[in-house]
Amino acid sequence: MTGDMLINYALAILFLPLLSFIILILAGKRLPRQGDWVAIGSVLITLVLSLAMFGSMLLSHDPGFSHEASIDWMDLGAFRIEMGFLIDNITIVMLLVVALISTMTHVFSIKYMEGDIRYSRYYAYLGLFTFSMNGIVLANNLFSLYICWELVGVSSYLLIGHWFEKDSAADAGKKAFLTNRVSDIGLFIGVMLIFTALGTFNYGEIFQGVAQGDIAGTLLTLAGIGLFIGAIGKSAQFPLHIWLPDAMEGPTPVSALMHAATMVAAGVFLSVRLFPIFTSEVLLFIAYVGGFTAIFAATIAITQNDIKKVLAYSTVSQLGYMILAVGTGAYIAGFFHLVTHAMFKACLFYGSGSVIHAMHHTLQKKHDHDTDPQDMRNMGGLKSKMPVTHWTMVVAALAISGVPLFSGFLSKDAILAGTLAFGAHHPQHFLLPIFGFGAALITAFYMFRLIFMTFHNEPKFPELYDDIHESPKEMTFPLVLLSTLSIFIFYTLPYFNPLSDHGWFMELVKAKDSMVPGNPSAHEIAEGMHHSHTATMILSVLLAALGIFLSWSVYLKKRISADAWAEKLTPYYNLSLNKYFFDENYDKYLYQPLLRLAERISFIDWDLYDKYFINGFGRVTKWLSFLTGRTDYDGLDQTIVDGLGRSISKAGSSLKEVQTGRLQNYMLFALFGVVIILIFQSF
Amino acid sequence: MDSLQTYLFISAILFSLGLYGVITRRNGIAVLMGIELILNSANINFIAFARFGGMNLSGQVFALFVIIMAAAEAAVALAIIINIFNNLQTVNIDEAQQLKL
Amino acid sequence: MEDLAFGLIVAITLGSAFMVVQGKQLLYSAIALLFTLFGVAGLYIFMWADFMAGVQIVIYIGGILVLLIFGIMLTNKITSVNISHTSLQRGAGVLVALSVLSFLVVMIGRTPWLEKTALEPAQTADGIGMLLMMEYLLPFEVASLLLLGALIGAAMLSRSVD
Repeated sequence: MTGDMLINYALAILFLPLLSFIILILAGKRLPRQGDWVAIGSVLITLVLSLAMFGSMLLSHDPGFSHEASIDWMDLGAFRIEMGFLIDNITIVMLLVVALISTMTHVFSIKYMEGDIRYSRYYAYLGLFTFSMNGIVLANNLFSLYICWELVGVSSYLLIGHWFEKDSAADAGKKAFLTNRVSDIGLFIGVMLIFTALGTFNYGEIFQGVAQGDIAGTLLTLAGIGLFIGAIGKSAQFPLHIWLPDAMEGPTPVSALMHAATMVAAGVFLSVRLFPIFTSEVLLFIAYVGGFTAIFAATIAITQNDIKKVLAYSTVSQLGYMILAVGTGAYIAGFFHLVTHAMFKACLFYGSGSVIHAMHHTLQKKHDHDTDPQDMRNMGGLKSKMPVTHWTMVVAALAISGVPLFSGFLSKDAILAGTLAFGAHHPQHFLLPIFGFGAALITAFYMFRLIFMTFHNEPKFPELYDDIHESPKEMTFPLVLLSTLSIFIFYTLPYFNPLSDHGWFMELVKAKDSMVPGNPSAHEIAEGMHHSHTATMILSVLLAALGIFLSWSVYLKKRISADAWAEKLTPYYNLSLNKYFFDENYDKYLYQPLLRLAERISFIDWDLYDKYFINGFGRVTKWLSFLTGRTDYDGLDQTIVDGLGRSISKAGSSLKEVQTGRLQNYMLFALFGVVIILIFQSF
Repeated sequence: MDSLQTYLFISAILFSLGLYGVITRRNGIAVLMGIELILNSANINFIAFARFGGMNLSGQVFALFVIIMAAAEAAVALAIIINIFNNLQTVNIDEAQQLKL
Repeated sequence: MEDLAFGLIVAITLGSAFMVVQGKQLLYSAIALLFTLFGVAGLYIFMWADFMAGVQIVIYIGGILVLLIFGIMLTNKITSVNISHTSLQRGAGVLVALSVLSFLVVMIGRTPWLEKTALEPAQTADGIGMLLMMEYLLPFEVASLLLLGALIGAAMLSRSVD
């Protein structure tokens, strides 16, 4: 496929969902079936086009393929902004992932959101999101990336708050957007630092600039940290992870699309794209943030009882993995994990959606509004009633735990190899591999806890149990598809070795060298990974097995009592259950003081400035107008206008006095005249 | 002392005194007296010019006519004043104000 | 000797004239007018107009002045309040009179009078009679008409309403 054709396909992929958004926003309610076929049609076309691009990539088999096309967006001579597309193998893979998950979400939502009061608007916003996400993926410069970054945040806000009648949903939407906003400040600072130093937003030119040393040292580190802070917010890393669990208030397909597969992956995607300009300090920072997030989120997930919350914290943890990979240099491994994670996490979310849908239905029929359909403690034994859901979720859980024969094993393995290699090279950073492997153990544990609590044992409420049935095929089809894609083979073709990640992916998506002078090259990193590969594999398999065994013991066989352990470790249990009181502490130490400050400033503005200064102006104006009114009425009108009349009248009545009727007066006046004439005559 | 100028001065003084009397006096008859003074001053003028103009007697004739006229006028004026007195019960000409606006 | 007499006559004339316009009582003004007319007659004599002096005394004093005094008597309200005989226009009146006087005086003083010498006639009555009958006959007749008119008019005016 020629470069031009690719650009045309990219344009279509980008703008078709936007078109669907516009149509549905303006005319959605009036279309038959509220227009969901518009959205699904557009996203299907996107999928087909992405597949075509993918096929072309496989056929041309060029690891270094890259095609760029841009247009001048604003040209002021010395100041130019270009916007355009960068299409290389990473772009094509990512486009396919977005298109696939988006299509699955659209299909899943047909049944999940059936009868919803804002059905067409939901699909419209999905279109907006797809457009924005593709915008991030296709961008070849930081400027259009930032625009689409914000748009993705907006779509997230709109979709999380879809059921805005619920206060919790509206608040969650706000929280997501505001947290992202905070991180976007960092992103903005990073972008502007680079622009100020290099004068361009374009990736290629930035890489060149860094290689030439136009920006280096502390400035480059600061820019890198700024850019990464954007990723922290978007990908819900510590300490800005707080919004992701709350975002579960949105519809489950949305959670699957945005908060598992694609939007949160945007932060990782950005880090992958910009990896070449991160200095070693920045990379270290990235690694620690990611590693810490991975294990810390995992420790919260083991105690959560809401099925979606478990998955949310799991997502935070897995994103931490990807970020950790970027930090240790194995960034392609991180990208690989992004792709595989998208598949199995979306599958897990869809599965949970299917379960929640069934629970909701049953509870509604029984007119029970108190039981939480999302609480795993109310479930149990759904295995026989919802087999498809059960087995697809098991597959996905195996994938995420890193069990061999599944895709997750390959990607996680690569990441862990990277951390081990990094730890071997830099022994002082021994924590990083510990974080990675520890999180792997815990991940396996809580994932299977979820499976066992939901599908196995006896149902908590047998009377509910009778009515539960499998979800319709629009909902099970995505489950089947995605769980299939979680099997290793789709990533290792044309090779069939389940233990090696060698395949089309690793051949076509190659790591680039870092542009920062002095950083290890891609080759060196790969070498290091290769050496630690075997040890990693063994260790990770062992840990996965251990995790699953522990979970099996506690939740299926009940040999170890979860409650007893919870009591023994009550303080830790409480910390974990309450997510380390993050929200509460943020509120106490951050939000409240800021609100108080805002209140005080508002007082200055309202009660001082407005009242005295602004109103003072008003009063002065009133006084001035009163004066002018007085001048006009009393002065002009009364004095001049009326006064003229009055004075004339007075003059008239005075002159009237001349007519005294007395003879001698008249004579006197005449004589006066004569005298005057005489005087004039004499001179 | 016996020059034209002297007589003219005398006549001028009489004239202004008569004028003052006409303007100022309230009583109608007093006004008449002022008028008589004026007429007399005119007469002195005539006679003086007759004397110092080569004894031209025309001047004196004229003065005679003036006296005649003064008599006639005094008669009529007095008749009017008596009429006013009968109607207004006063001779104060200030009271005769019917022409006042 | 002549000058003294002249001066005396002038003083009487002017002083009485002043009294005429300043007299508080009307009758005093009338008497002052009498003396003024006498003084004027004396001046006439100094100016060789003997006939005129006679006429002055007879007609002016004997006729007009008597008439005036009759008028005063007839219009005298005994019961009325003694009103002042000068009006409120005094200031203006003085001003006007003085300005006229000053003008006249200045003019008279400035003009170069041409005086012709003449002989004193024995009497002027002849001459006046001649002029009246010859040159000034028409004015003479008109004057008599005027007197007739004045007579009738005065009679008409002073009759009581019938």
